[in-house]
Amino acid sequence: MKKKIVIIGATSAIAEQCARLWAKESPAEMILVGRDHEKTERIASDLRVRTPKTTITSIQADFLDPDQIQAVVDQICKEGDVDIALVAHGSLPSQKECQNDLKKCREALDVNGVSPVLFAEAFVMHMQKADRGTLAVIGSVAGDRGRKSNYVYGAAKGLVSRYAQGLQHRLAHTGVKLVLIKPGPTDTPMTVHLKQAGAKLAAVDHVARDIVHGIAQGQQVVYTPRIWSLIMMVIRHLPYFVFKRMDI
Amino acid sequence: MVAMSSWGRLSSHEHSVITLGDRTRVKACLKNSIPGLAYGMGRSYGDVCLNPQGALWVTTGLDRFIAFDDSTGRLVCEAGVLLRDIQRLAISRGWILPVTPGTQLVTVGGAIANDIHGKNHHVLGSFGDHVQDLTLIRTDGEIIHCGPNERPDWFAATVGGLGLTGVIVQAEIQLRPVAGPWLDTETVPYANLEEFFHLADDSEVEWEHTVSWIDCISGGGGRGLFMRGKPIDLGNRPEPKGRKLIMPIVSPVSLVNKLTLRSFNTTYYHLKKWQAGRSITHYEPFFYPLDNLHQWNRMYGPRGFFQYQSVVPREVGQSAVQAMLKEIARSGDGSFLAVLKTFGNRQPVGMLSFPQPGVTLALDFPDHGERTHKLFERLDAIVREARGRIYMAKDARMPKELFESGYPRLVDFLNYRDPGISSGLSRRLMGS
Repeated sequence: MKKKIVIIGATSAIAEQCARLWAKESPAEMILVGRDHEKTERIASDLRVRTPKTTITSIQADFLDPDQIQAVVDQICKEGDVDIALVAHGSLPSQKECQNDLKKCREALDVNGVSPVLFAEAFVMHMQKADRGTLAVIGSVAGDRGRKSNYVYGAAKGLVSRYAQGLQHRLAHTGVKLVLIKPGPTDTPMTVHLKQAGAKLAAVDHVARDIVHGIAQGQQVVYTPRIWSLIMMVIRHLPYFVFKRMDI
Repeated sequence: MVAMSSWGRLSSHEHSVITLGDRTRVKACLKNSIPGLAYGMGRSYGDVCLNPQGALWVTTGLDRFIAFDDSTGRLVCEAGVLLRDIQRLAISRGWILPVTPGTQLVTVGGAIANDIHGKNHHVLGSFGDHVQDLTLIRTDGEIIHCGPNERPDWFAATVGGLGLTGVIVQAEIQLRPVAGPWLDTETVPYANLEEFFHLADDSEVEWEHTVSWIDCISGGGGRGLFMRGKPIDLGNRPEPKGRKLIMPIVSPVSLVNKLTLRSFNTTYYHLKKWQAGRSITHYEPFFYPLDNLHQWNRMYGPRGFFQYQSVVPREVGQSAVQAMLKEIARSGDGSFLAVLKTFGNRQPVGMLSFPQPGVTLALDFPDHGERTHKLFERLDAIVREARGRIYMAKDARMPKELFESGYPRLVDFLNYRDPGISSGLSRRLMGS
C-alpha cells in the first residue's frame, strides 16, 4: 500500500524538502495543497521527475476561509485514510509593519495561527474516526516566549503550540498522533532578510530530515536543529530583569 | 551584507546576498537589484563567482527538475540543480551526465557558465556540448532562449561566459545512456612525462576516462599515476554506502607545506603503485574522489590557496609541462593535488571556454604571498610562450595580457555582456 501524504502549504521551502524525502523513501500518494496553483504545480512536476512512481496531485485553496478548508480536507479524506498530514504554511511578517498596520497584524495572526489550527482541526476529525494517522503542524521556536523583535508572529505560533498541546491531550488514548514541529530560523525564502542581515540560519534539508524523522517516530515536539530546544529552554527561563535588557 | 568566499578561501568580502527561489520571480528580482552576479555552490576557486561589495544572486534555491524523458534522456531543470542530484536520479534510470568535473557538488548553471570539462574530454568534449537549450534572464528584463540551433551566438557567449551575459535560470541537457554506476578502471604508474604521453595516446581509443596524478616535487622527471576508466555493465550489483568525512576546522597552518609534501607524495605514489592494476570502481569515488571529504579546502589553512590550471598545445606540451614542473620543484612549494591530463582535439563551444587541444596541468598552492606570486609569474611565462591559457574558474590573479592572449574571442564576447552584471574577475580582467 502506498502511503497517503498530504502537505498543506506545499510551496514552503521546508515542506518541499520534506516532500522530496518522503518521495525518496518509498512511492507514495502525495497531495499538495497550496495557495498559488502555478507554484504548487512547479513543485509537483519536480517531484514527478524525482519519483515517477509517486502519484502527485495538487490542489489550490484559500487558506483563510473555514468553509474551503473544511471542503478541501473532506474531499482529501473521503478518498481514503490519510497516513501523514503536514500543515506547513506560514509567513514571516515584519514586526514593525504589524505594529503600525492592524490589517497586517491581523493577516499575520490569521496565516500563522488561525489557519493552521483550522486545517489541523479538519484533519483530526477524520483521523480520529479512522483511529490512525499522524498529523504534524509546524510551529516555531518564536512561539516559546514573546520577544519584541517578532511577538506578533510569535503569538500566532504560540497559539499553534498551545493548540497542539491540547490536541495531544485529546488524542492521548487514540491511534492518532500529533507532532508539533518547532524549527529555529531556517534558510528559506521566508527568512531572506535575516540572511541578508548576516544571521546564521539552519540548512533547510537538515530541518526537513529532522521533521521527517520526528514524524516517523511520532515525537510530541520536534525542535530542529536540536540545539534550539536548549536555547529556548534558556530563553524561556531567563528572569525578566535580564530578559528586558536583551535586544532579541 | 554577508561575507562570502569562493573555494580557494583567499578572500572574504561583504556581499549583498539575494536568494533566488522561484524561477518566475527572477526577472523582477534582477530588475530591483544593484549590479550582481549569479552564485551557485561557490566551487570555483578565485574571484569568478564573487562580486565584492555588490550583489550575489544565490541560485541554489532554483533546484527543481522540470521534465525528464527516460526514453530520450532529455532533462530539463532549473539552473541551481546540483550535478549530484542529476546523477542520482538518472543513473538508476539508465542515463548519466555525459560530462562532469572533479566534484559533483556544483550547479548546472555553474557548469555551463564555466563550461566545465571532465576526464573524458577526448570523447565527449565539455559540458556545453550537451546543453540543448538554455534560458537566460538579463538584468533589463529580456529573456533569451538559446542553444546550438537557436541564437547560437548567445549560446556561444553564455557557455563558458562566467555568468556575465545574464542569469541562467534553466537548461535542457542531453544525457547519455549508461548500463549502471560501475566503471572498469585501471591505474598505471608512469616514471616520466614521456611515458605519460604514451599512456594518454594509447588510452584514447579504448578508455573513455583518462586522468593522472602527478608528483610535482619528488622523483625528478614527473612521475605519476595514470588512471583510466570506462563504463561497465554489472547488472544489479549493490551500490556501496559512502562514508562522509569532514575537515572539521580550518587548519591553523597549511597542512600542505615543505615538510609534509615530499613525504605525502612519495607515500602516495608508492602506495598506489603497489595497488596498481585493474579494478571495478563505483562512479562516485572515481569521478569525485574528494566529495566525501567535506570542506577539504580548509586544510590549506586560514590564508587559503590558489589553483593554477593551464592548458598548452600538444606540440609543445611535453616541454612546457616539464619546464613548469621544474619551476615548481625548485620553489619547493607545490601541491599534493596535482593533475595532468590531455584534452581531445576539438574546438570548444563557448567563446571563453577553457578547453583547447593540448595538455592541461592543475596544481594547488597554499598562499605564501609574494613567494607564491613570483612562482606564478614564472609559470605564466611558460604558458605565454607555449601559447596556452589559464582556466578562469580557478584563477584569482592572472595578468590581463595573458588573459587577452589566451582568449582571442574576448572581443566578440564583450558584445554580449550584461551591463548589470559584474564579478571580481570581470573587473580585474575586463575592466568592468
